[in-house]
Amino acid sequence: MERFLAQNWTVIQPALFLVFTGLIVLLVDLWLKEEEREWLAYFSLVGFGGAGVIVVRQWLAVRGLETPITGFGGMMVLDTLGLLFQMLFFLVGFLAVLLAPGYLTRRRLQRGEFYALLLFSTAGMSLLAGAQDLIMLFLGIEVLSIPLYILAGFARPRLDSEEASLKYFLLGAFATGFLLYGTALLYGATGTTAFEALRASEAAAAPRENVMFMAGIALLLVGLGFKISMAPFHQWTPDVYEGAPTPVTAFMVAATKAGGMVALIRLLYWGLGPADDVWRPLLGVLAAVTMTWGNVGALLQRNVKRMLAYSSIAHAGYLLIGVLSGGVGFVAVLVYLLIYALTNLGAFGVILLLEDGEREALDIESYRGLARFHPGAALLMSVFLLSLAGFPPTAGFFGKFLLFTAGISAGLTWLVVVAVLNSVLSVFYYARVIVKMYMQEPVETPAFSRSWLVAGALAVAAVGVVLLGLYPTVVVRLITA
Amino acid sequence: MSAQFVIFGLLAVTSVATALAMIFSRNAVHGVLFMVGNFAAVALLYVLLGSPFLAAVQILVYAGAIMVLFLFVVMLMGPEPAPLWEHIPGQRPLALLFGLLLAAGLIAAVNVEELTGVPGIMSQEVLERLGQPTALAQTLFERYLLPFEVTSLLLLIGMIGAVVLAKREKHELQAERAPREGGAE
Repeated sequence: MERFLAQNWTVIQPALFLVFTGLIVLLVDLWLKEEEREWLAYFSLVGFGGAGVIVVRQWLAVRGLETPITGFGGMMVLDTLGLLFQMLFFLVGFLAVLLAPGYLTRRRLQRGEFYALLLFSTAGMSLLAGAQDLIMLFLGIEVLSIPLYILAGFARPRLDSEEASLKYFLLGAFATGFLLYGTALLYGATGTTAFEALRASEAAAAPRENVMFMAGIALLLVGLGFKISMAPFHQWTPDVYEGAPTPVTAFMVAATKAGGMVALIRLLYWGLGPADDVWRPLLGVLAAVTMTWGNVGALLQRNVKRMLAYSSIAHAGYLLIGVLSGGVGFVAVLVYLLIYALTNLGAFGVILLLEDGEREALDIESYRGLARFHPGAALLMSVFLLSLAGFPPTAGFFGKFLLFTAGISAGLTWLVVVAVLNSVLSVFYYARVIVKMYMQEPVETPAFSRSWLVAGALAVAAVGVVLLGLYPTVVVRLITA
Repeated sequence: MSAQFVIFGLLAVTSVATALAMIFSRNAVHGVLFMVGNFAAVALLYVLLGSPFLAAVQILVYAGAIMVLFLFVVMLMGPEPAPLWEHIPGQRPLALLFGLLLAAGLIAAVNVEELTGVPGIMSQEVLERLGQPTALAQTLFERYLLPFEVTSLLLLIGMIGAVVLAKREKHELQAERAPREGGAE
């Protein structure tokens, strides 16, 4: 027992807090009637807020340390990078919970499991942020993904939701196979799963001489590529994002990408750092393919959720530039993810306002003349779409600026050129929605439902997007301080 | 020929024979029973290899828990033999090819004495000092405590998933009943 308590439990404190909140939600759910279950949402908000307070306190304590604190025999680490990512996850979780209750009540889906699964998924991300071992990396990704497979099918028996869940589950299980196989091969090649030992291994020093090691890296990249929807492993993304209930999609777009990115950074820099001449060129080409494929795909969409899904693929490509840049790149990735999360949650918040339990503003035509009926919603949507496109002075511009300068200073000029061209391309499909909202005649009165929670989330997102655009250096200084 | 070798021979023949019988038996219930026999024979092989703990786990987990699950499925589906129908054309020759490849790989792996040159945690010395269950427990609950606990969370999530995706809410059942009653009027 004393050995059990001697483990450094502080390193997983935020994740533990979320898991316990989730368990309480599950338990309390049994005593609540359907109309009382909205209270579970408020309780989950407390969970995310509490976890946020824990990470901020840990961050303040860890900031000045030379050597990061480790726990569980070096399997987990408590460093600033991981803690900052966790702050991002909890913020996204908080906002995603704000978006959910209205939608769930209108669609009669108000069930405690929804919030519990959201909390568990975030706990998985929190574990990923500090993972220092292939086993923890794998388990973190699974704890992140499996709740999402279930949440995607939460609107059952609606067919597209069931389809999304099944597709996500089958392809996700397939990707998990790749991840596990890659882990096994790396273990076979080096005899260890710990990142520290992997980094020091003979195989990592001369990867090209070890076929097993190379195959392991390739398989791990396929598995993680699926999770961050990197082309050509992104095929599931539009269908799943379209079919899943809209609050779930909002959470998936904003959070899973961040979780996948932190996993990728941990694996590549902490585990496979010395072998970077193998994965660097590979990932560079895939980044270019991903952003182009995502943007071209988004051009062809008529459904707003599908369009945002393809746009999220494109953004994964931009983010890979930051991952490849290392060092400064991580700050850029973090800030970009924050801006990207706020923007997407905001856009999905507007979509959720234009929903009344039966009709949902998913077709692009349903945005025609929106400015006439709901000028506020149209204005907010325009701000978010402009930020996604990277227009100054919105935050999206600043995020792209950070990423691209990091890329150039790391010598990835060709990739940055591709990304800039892609950004220009992306303006077309974002602007198309704005044109519909402001310059075309309405066909029908759009569905609308008022919700204070969604309005709160929208306010946070909008203020964040505008302030980060106007005073961009504040957040960078805060992070790098 | 030592007694151990005779016992090994008997167990080996039993395990292979029951495995083959399971594959070729037309009746699903018979197949399940043959599989129980196979699990028992393999468990005894573990005893012979000086690993009583593994043998106990094999009986508990496989012959106990997993077999009950199989029996549940067989009972739910009905014990009639399933029609022989190939979903994917040409899977037989492919299955044979991959089976042979796997066999070749396994034989090659057994013949290679060491793959990485790195000894595992459960060395002979550790086993002798602590005894097998203790050594396993120490590995599982100290070194790999966190992965072990996270796996339990994963199983919990799986269970919640089964409930969420299978359970019907009261209002769903009412909605299903309503049109039927309406049709009868």
